[in-house]
Amino acid sequence: MMLFSLAWQSLLSRKKTAILTFLSLTISILVLISVEHIRLQTKESFNRTISGVDLIVGAPSGQLNLLLYTVFRIGSPTNNISYNSFSMLENNELVDWAIPISLGDSHQGFRVIGTNESYFKHYHYGNNQILKFEQGKAFSSLFEVVIGADVAKKLNYNLGDRIIIAHGIGRTSFSKHEQAPFTISGVLSPTGTPVDKSVHVYLSAIDAIHLPPAMLTKLVKNPTATPPATKSITAVMLGLKSKFSTFGLQRAINVHPSDRLMAILPGVAMAELWNLMSTFENLLRVIGALVLISSLFGLSTMLLASMYERKTEIAVLRVLGASPTVILFLILLEVVILVSLSIIVSFLLLTLALLGLEGWLASEFGLFLSHNIFSEELLLLIGLIFIATLFVSLFPSIEAYKNV
Amino acid sequence: MLKSAISIQNMRHQFSNTAVSFDGLTIEKWEVGIAERVFLHGYSGSGKTTLLNLLSGILVPDSGDIFVLEQKITGMSNSDRDDFRAKNIGVVFQQFNLIPYLSVLKNIELATYFAKNHHINVHNEAQQLLKKLQLPTAILSKKVSQLSVGQQQRVAIARALINRPRLLLVDEPTSSLDASARDAFMNLLMQICNTTKTALVFVSHDVGLSHYFDTHIDITALCQVSKVNVIL
Repeated sequence: MMLFSLAWQSLLSRKKTAILTFLSLTISILVLISVEHIRLQTKESFNRTISGVDLIVGAPSGQLNLLLYTVFRIGSPTNNISYNSFSMLENNELVDWAIPISLGDSHQGFRVIGTNESYFKHYHYGNNQILKFEQGKAFSSLFEVVIGADVAKKLNYNLGDRIIIAHGIGRTSFSKHEQAPFTISGVLSPTGTPVDKSVHVYLSAIDAIHLPPAMLTKLVKNPTATPPATKSITAVMLGLKSKFSTFGLQRAINVHPSDRLMAILPGVAMAELWNLMSTFENLLRVIGALVLISSLFGLSTMLLASMYERKTEIAVLRVLGASPTVILFLILLEVVILVSLSIIVSFLLLTLALLGLEGWLASEFGLFLSHNIFSEELLLLIGLIFIATLFVSLFPSIEAYKNV
Repeated sequence: MLKSAISIQNMRHQFSNTAVSFDGLTIEKWEVGIAERVFLHGYSGSGKTTLLNLLSGILVPDSGDIFVLEQKITGMSNSDRDDFRAKNIGVVFQQFNLIPYLSVLKNIELATYFAKNHHINVHNEAQQLLKKLQLPTAILSKKVSQLSVGQQQRVAIARALINRPRLLLVDEPTSSLDASARDAFMNLLMQICNTTKTALVFVSHDVGLSHYFDTHIDITALCQVSKVNVIL
């Protein structure tokens, strides 16, 4: 306790340099833990995108391509698969459920997805969470639509509004399916996944709006008439009865004779995709580490400079019976106090920033960052910061130790 | 019952002032009795401060033995020597005796902390010492940097005496004081050493102070400061 108060008073006596060092440490630790927190959260929200899907089946291309357009709704499908293949998969005895996905149209830049009721029953994200409706319910007739939370918020849509779907995926399309307006039957709750930015319709509605205008007008006037049969879809998401059959079914699908199909494991494809982003991830970490190292050198410089003015002080302590080890311990104690304060303050600042910017981050970037910054990785990082600090401050302390 | 405060036998210590020449300090035999008060004088650079550092155990001689209070400090481990100094020896330097950013009380407490002298009531003892040293007790809570040099030197004496050491080593404590402050300081120091029966080794180049002491020793007579030229 005596030594602690001595170290604290000694820091106070060098208020100006101590505060500057404290600020530089705080800023660099703040940068480091912010980068690390955002990285961890991005990774988590990335892995949250889809869950519970055992296989994704589409036309043969690359597994990343298939994953990107089915799950992330980025890029465009190269080819379609026949509807018969979907029926075949849906009726396969190993398959528990199957979600058809048909892509290609858009509404004001948001992707339109043709699917059926099983999407709302079986599509999972996060920790096996199912989609929930903020308002309304799933579509029940041909010209009804369910929109994601972001779509509703950005375009200010409510239940019952009528919207028009454009052909293609551009924000300004020249070909709009204007004869066939859709009515919003449901709005989904926010998920923090690409589902928020999607517009969902019946599979057959996609086929319907591509009918010749005359036939389409007839269908719009009489929505209960049988919709045209779907000939092809983009992809199928499968849930299996038993995980053990995953590889067997994947192989069977890949060599299926009547249609050219490709089945991928979403987990494997996600890991591959994340690996592609790891260069950027590592770059961020390196920048954070460099900022910390530079401020640690600043700390070391401050200590070394203070050693000259502290020579007499150290001599006094020696005369009073303090051993060189105690002197060394005192200097390290000062450093530990300084770094601990910096860590506490930077954690507080980060938590406040996350609380304050929460709404803005979610609406501007679709980033859902947790306020709970005490993850295992961050605690490990703090340990590393302490070790690095002690290592850096050992040089000036040993200098003092030798000179006593 | 202790008889000897300091005893030195065949001690030899070399110290480097510059890279070119080495000065050596050699004392064949020196005894200081318990409660004896010694005035050690010599010109600047004659090795007075080095001798005090050897006596307090901050420096260790190259050869020979030093006994303080009949304990052989040259045979102790480094940490035992630091411990022994904290408990048994009070030291006052020429200047900068106190840690400037601490209060007077905290400075005195620090001495009891390192001496592991936990059972005493530092506040009361310090008050009594300050009274004896004719300092207002209100300065206990003041920062050292707020005191005058004369006050600081008296606080240094109080700090050196708080653990009731048997030996007090004092190094030119009056050099930064004017004549009247110096005489007041010397009178107080002598009074206190009389009442506490503490052995005192007082180092100064100012021969005018010698009348306060029983024993006068010229350091050049005590030891041979030899200049040894070293071929580099």
